Amino acid sequence: MTEPVLAAEDLRVWYGTERGPVRAVDGVSFEVHEGETLGLVGESGCGKSTLGRAILGLLPRGAAMDGSLRFKGTELVGLPRKELEGMRGPELGLVFQEPMTRLNPLMRISEHFEETLKIHEPGLGKKGMKERATEALRHVGIPPSRYDHYPHEFSGGMRQRIMIALTLVLRPAFMVADEPTTALDVLVEAQILRLLGDLRQNFRTAMLLITHNLGIVAEACDRVAVMYAGRIVEIGDAREVFAEPQHPYTRELLASTISLHTTGLHSIPGAPPDLADPPAGCRFHPRCPDAMRVCEQREPVPVRLETGQVTECWLHGPADRIPENGTEPLEREAISVADEA
Amino acid sequence: MAQLTISPTPGGAGDGGGRRGIRRLIGPIAQAQGLPKWLLWSGVILTALFVIMAVFAPLIAPYDFAQYQAHGHTFPKQGAPGAGHIWGTTVMQFDVFSRVVYGARTALEVMILAVIFSLVIGVPLGLLSGYFGGWLDRVLVLIMDALFAFPYLLLAIVAAFLLSGILGGGVVTAALAITVVYIPQYFRVVRNSTLSAREATYVEAARAIGAKPGTIITKYLFSNVVQSVPVIATLNAADAISTLAGLGFLGYGIQPTDAAEWGYDLQRAIDDAGAGIWWTGIYPGIAIVLAVTALTLVGEGLNDVYNPTLRRRRIGKVILPPRALEQPIETKGDA
Amino acid sequence: MPTKLEPQTAGEGAGSDDVLMDVRDLEVHFALRGGIVSRFTGGPAGAVRAVDGVTFQLHKGEVLGLVGESGSGKTTLGRALLGLVPATGGSIRYAGRELVGLGERRMRPLRRDLQMAFQDPHASLNPSMDLQTAIGHPLRIHGMAGSDAELREKVTGALERVGLAPVERFLTKFPADLSGGQKQRAVFARATIMDPKLVVADEPASMLDMSVRAKIIELMQGLKRELGLTYVYITHDLATAKFFCDRIAIMYLGRIVELGPTAEIFANPRHPYTRSLLAAVPEPDPRAEVSREVPRGEVPDAAVRPAGCSFHPRCPKAFAVCGWEGRDLRALLEQRWTELTEEAYLAESAQFADLAALDGQVGTVTVPAASGHDGEEVAARLRRIRDEQTDEPLWRGVTDIAASGTHATVVFHAGTDPTLTETGPVEVACHLHDPQYQSQAPGT
Repeated sequence: MTEPVLAAEDLRVWYGTERGPVRAVDGVSFEVHEGETLGLVGESGCGKSTLGRAILGLLPRGAAMDGSLRFKGTELVGLPRKELEGMRGPELGLVFQEPMTRLNPLMRISEHFEETLKIHEPGLGKKGMKERATEALRHVGIPPSRYDHYPHEFSGGMRQRIMIALTLVLRPAFMVADEPTTALDVLVEAQILRLLGDLRQNFRTAMLLITHNLGIVAEACDRVAVMYAGRIVEIGDAREVFAEPQHPYTRELLASTISLHTTGLHSIPGAPPDLADPPAGCRFHPRCPDAMRVCEQREPVPVRLETGQVTECWLHGPADRIPENGTEPLEREAISVADEA
Repeated sequence: MAQLTISPTPGGAGDGGGRRGIRRLIGPIAQAQGLPKWLLWSGVILTALFVIMAVFAPLIAPYDFAQYQAHGHTFPKQGAPGAGHIWGTTVMQFDVFSRVVYGARTALEVMILAVIFSLVIGVPLGLLSGYFGGWLDRVLVLIMDALFAFPYLLLAIVAAFLLSGILGGGVVTAALAITVVYIPQYFRVVRNSTLSAREATYVEAARAIGAKPGTIITKYLFSNVVQSVPVIATLNAADAISTLAGLGFLGYGIQPTDAAEWGYDLQRAIDDAGAGIWWTGIYPGIAIVLAVTALTLVGEGLNDVYNPTLRRRRIGKVILPPRALEQPIETKGDA
Repeated sequence: MPTKLEPQTAGEGAGSDDVLMDVRDLEVHFALRGGIVSRFTGGPAGAVRAVDGVTFQLHKGEVLGLVGESGSGKTTLGRALLGLVPATGGSIRYAGRELVGLGERRMRPLRRDLQMAFQDPHASLNPSMDLQTAIGHPLRIHGMAGSDAELREKVTGALERVGLAPVERFLTKFPADLSGGQKQRAVFARATIMDPKLVVADEPASMLDMSVRAKIIELMQGLKRELGLTYVYITHDLATAKFFCDRIAIMYLGRIVELGPTAEIFANPRHPYTRSLLAAVPEPDPRAEVSREVPRGEVPDAAVRPAGCSFHPRCPKAFAVCGWEGRDLRALLEQRWTELTEEAYLAESAQFADLAALDGQVGTVTVPAASGHDGEEVAARLRRIRDEQTDEPLWRGVTDIAASGTHATVVFHAGTDPTLTETGPVEVACHLHDPQYQSQAPGT
């Protein structure tokens, strides 16, 4: 296997608040290879957006990051701001959720491109910049005749395409797409996903696709990482994870998803925990239907299974770390509506 | 969903409605840090001094404000600060210190009246105008903008002039003159808040359950719209004092026999200054400056504390405790 | 685990007394405020026809889904049914009364029966009212609660019904203390406390997490059983609509394009738009076949509707009579130019003058040539393109390409707007299913 484009090892991002540190990302490890799309899926409050921003160094003041995050061999944790800013754009790209608000309404599209290209590729003249820009726009299906228009003259889906083009014009090796289609209609969403897939093939960009929609993950991702309360509870090949989810949370999440084939409703009782004060042991144990005694006492250890998935759950052992009686079902109070999300 | 969603802590015994309202007010104040906190607290302390001086004037001031004699002998004319008159006396043989203290009382009375009058007229008009829109809104906005366009002191003078013909020149007249100037302020702020709050889903929900406009305005809009009013009110109060002083300085304020007034004293002190008599002007002047500054500090301090965009919560530096890295353990099959 | 409820068989043989609401040709048009000139002259500058002629009947006890993307008018339609947005045309009959044109004052007493649950749980509750006051407020407004004790009893009942138990914990809470799911439950408590007949639910679950969505749908089902409610369920999410609704109306740009029982719509979608929607729903199953048939383009601006059938610019099956116009030719050329190489694009586009001239032209469309080129070149180019693009629906609507001097002329077939007509168990608004035009339709 070739060197991964991005590799995180025990990455932690904590915010300071009045109530104490909020452990938004609390020890996360994953790899993304060239041309691969890793889906990062979880519900609101699990820390996935924070992780996306941490990779690009877009964390607010007061956030502390530690662990290891290697991008093509360079360690990003602790990198001076200036250097990281230099990488943002030509090496690391980001597509945001709401394209309506991310483009400057007072600048033409041409000016957006020029701004980016001027900083990162100063050698290009105006003509060269226009060529690069229209080429990028062509890849996303925006006619070159509209190069000089303002953002408000485009619809939502087209603006998202422009954002993707702005990201791709610098040919970054890695891209983070943070809920790129959440604000879009389902048909436009399908268009954008197809576009991202085509671009992935053409440009071999590695991508981290952050979303809460499991359908998108199934359609657009090669591998998937399921995140809960700041930790990745399961990561593996998308087909494997969906067909045979190994972590109870993944299983419950899949069961709760209402799709065209749903015949019965299913939900997970309770709410995601407060990241400033997560439960002891396994963070999912208060809501897990298969919780055992050990789940409350000890944090589970990541285990690599035969299928290639890595998951952290005491159901998969390792057995030698579970104390006596640890495998007995956990007794706890029923969760009432008062505690639900 | 760029923000981190922190689930609310469930449980906790039911909070009393009133206690919660107060907690919402006190909370940000207690959390304030740095400059806003110092601004606020210094303003509050100064204002408190001012209010105490005003309320307890008879106890603090040795003499009455129009008193020119005591214990048989009259006060010296333009006497320098010394025994008996710590801040000296004026050309009319009044005690400067007493006049300053009673002046605080006048200022406080006028200020309170002016703010109350302005609030009572400006806020409801703003609510109605913002909620109903249409021709009512356009007419009111026109009137208010016209009032706004006038230089405020001129407007106050005109109002004082007209009102003194009807009501005589007293505290109430001065207060009303100042009121006219500040109604547009409240109107504008409340109208703007109402215009945006009107589009909120919960207001539409109120319509959906069948609430009449009056109910919507009082129960759904009012408490969500008046958050900026306290700040305006304090700044309004500060301005009221300086306007009052201005009116008094120009002779349109309160008659000297009715009450002591700082502005009037200043005007009287102009002639003295040429003769090297400094005590009749300095002390009233300082009093005006301090009172206005005190209230402005409170106003700006409150604004910084309550305004969520200006508020900077204290974010402490986070120290991450060290952790032993767990490599994934190879396992054959699952447990 | 709660399962899908048995669908209500809509009023067979029960006649009109089964109908709760009868909507005919409903229109909601918003006048646009135009530019400076029209402000002076006082004329309106066009209108956004958010709802443009909608007809259906709502039966008692059913769940009717209004499904569409943004701009489809579904939200406006929901609000118009309740009088929250004034309808500008058509009729809504409820309980023997005409609701369109009814003033706000006379609408208010009817609000007891016609309620709404909103989309954003974080914004639907008054932040300064605690739950007890907020949920009891409808009763107070309509004078339906006698004493304080009675009010409290009813509020407690409503809270229990929506599952916010133990009730004492919730009575004094403010919205900021509640989670999203709890807030939405409170919204339903408020909407149902007066025992309404109809609840319009505007995407009640779309802003909630997956694991909570099911709970709210479950709640809605429970309330329907307990109170005998009728729902109009507005959503863009076909999956929840399929699960929850008895009948579904697919909306596009202010019109209903397909209406029928849920099972039929999903098993056998007739309108091309319905087909694309179904194909585009992301399935959480990586092994599922992903259809590559995504209609091009996006929902057009409602202020400038496409001619003929509103969906024709995006429809893969459009044909001659669907309403082709100059705008579509422009879109076609621009799309084509993104697919050509740089040189080919420059060579071709140089022949055409600014394509903006094509907008707004219908019938016989003039395509001006750029200076230095003549109409014959442009016409020849267009014919070449037509011959290349064998699958492109637009060319089916072109009857002639001619040239004269400085411009080419493209003659389009006259287009008509399809109306919603019965086709078997469903109603569809599509020329493909119109017996009058079916002969002209391309083989499917």
